[in-house]
Amino acid sequence: MHTNVKLFAILRERAGTGQIALSLPERATVADALRQLQERYPGLLLDAASTMIAVNMEYVAEDHSLKDGDEVALIPPVSGGNQ
Amino acid sequence: MILLTREPLDPEAVARTVEDPGNGAVVTFLGVTRNQTDGRGVLHLEYEAYPEMAAKMLGRIAQEVEARWDIRHYAIAHRFGRLEIGEVSLVVAMGSPHREEAFAACAYVVDRIKENVPIWKKEFFADGEVWVGMEGHHHRQPSLR
Repeated sequence: MHTNVKLFAILRERAGTGQIALSLPERATVADALRQLQERYPGLLLDAASTMIAVNMEYVAEDHSLKDGDEVALIPPVSGGNQ
Repeated sequence: MILLTREPLDPEAVARTVEDPGNGAVVTFLGVTRNQTDGRGVLHLEYEAYPEMAAKMLGRIAQEVEARWDIRHYAIAHRFGRLEIGEVSLVVAMGSPHREEAFAACAYVVDRIKENVPIWKKEFFADGEVWVGMEGHHHRQPSLR
């Protein structure tokens, strides 16, 4: 199955792209997708602990199962509004 | 009203959208870009957003405000793209029959935006640039491509 991974802010800069297409086995989870990303882009997820994952614009845990066509987004620490 | 835009924000126009004859109070908050962080001069800023998801999360915050303070007239507008110092990045306007609810709701929205709405701020200094929240990474990482 195929999913598109969106990258933002520091992660987009590290990867040099805002979108990566992944091909994953059926019943793959978010953790599987992250492993594949890490293999293709070593160093992308240096700070995985502070990165949140959204699937179809909802935050999910790493054991979330993916479906064909899902939109996965890697969300580094947010800093909107006003500090 | 929920708005994410690259265009300059007009705070008065945003506040007007929460006007209602039943409201005795409109509280407006403006987030304005500041010229320094921890004594380091900021030259300009850039906000990046995941606009579709940010709009969805802001809509959810508005629902929370309605459930908790019965706020029916709200506006949250966030700008993204490049901003110069002194420009308005965020406008939150809450209209309510009484001021207590409007003040409380406005402060709540501003706090919640920083928690999990996918919007990022990058500060540009004379000697580098930093994604706020990633201050351990002071210099742009080399591209992996």
